[in-house]
Amino acid sequence: MADQHHTNETHTIGYGQYLLTWFGLIALTGITVAVAGIDLGRWVIITALTIASIKTVLVLNIFMHLKFEDRTFRIFVGVAVLTLAIFIVLTFFDYAFH
Amino acid sequence: MGMWLFLFTELILFGGLFIVYAVYRYSHPEQFHLAAMELNTFVGTVNTIILLTSSLTAAMSITAIREGRKGFAIGLLSMTVVLAMAFMVNKYFEWGHKFELGIYPKSPEMLAKTPGEILYFGLYYTMTGLHALHVVIGVIVLLVIMRMIARDVITAQSYVRLEAGALYWHLVDIIWIFLFPLFYLLH
Repeated sequence: MADQHHTNETHTIGYGQYLLTWFGLIALTGITVAVAGIDLGRWVIITALTIASIKTVLVLNIFMHLKFEDRTFRIFVGVAVLTLAIFIVLTFFDYAFH
Repeated sequence: MGMWLFLFTELILFGGLFIVYAVYRYSHPEQFHLAAMELNTFVGTVNTIILLTSSLTAAMSITAIREGRKGFAIGLLSMTVVLAMAFMVNKYFEWGHKFELGIYPKSPEMLAKTPGEILYFGLYYTMTGLHALHVVIGVIVLLVIMRMIARDVITAQSYVRLEAGALYWHLVDIIWIFLFPLFYLLH
């Protein structure tokens, strides 16, 4: 019961940290556009999705404050994302063995 | 918390569409490649930067309201709304141009294309259209929130509603983070 007050002392993120995150997101956008011009064969999709995932992690952690939520909640969100990933992988298995 | 649960249902909605996209892309690689050439990477990139910036101002508005800077919070949110509208204007011209070229469902030009290209544009209109609908809803939500801040319904002590609205907006941003490379960049 003593530690029940964490909802009130939520972490405030400063403007600077938000700006820095935004710079990162813009830089990653630049990288993904630049890389798209290079013919990397089947790696094109993998790089594009990896960069998109990094951007998503940044938005989730900083903009959506997930980094400062408690652990249980972070696992909760992680499970939801993982479930979607499993759906996608299973769909491909089903598709590949038709 | 409730907002996060809602975001999970959104994840399933768009997740399903991403699976459809993945399967069709896998079965028609060359035709998807050809169709993607029709999209304007520049417009897509501009819209990506617009949405990322709109998320930045939405996130900053929470810091502003916590500091009790009511006017600044409203100003930041209006930036988000203006950027969202700029996004929609770009979408309007982008789609308008496609229509001029006869690229829309059931058009003669469209029916003359290969099955893969038809699927690509079908998904393009469905997914970016559904996303644009989310942008419109997001704008309405943010406008209601701005009004609540102005009327002191949302304050430095109680800003859960602002947080929920911002979370929704960030999700709209995340969906675009994936739509952008999948439709505009992968040729």
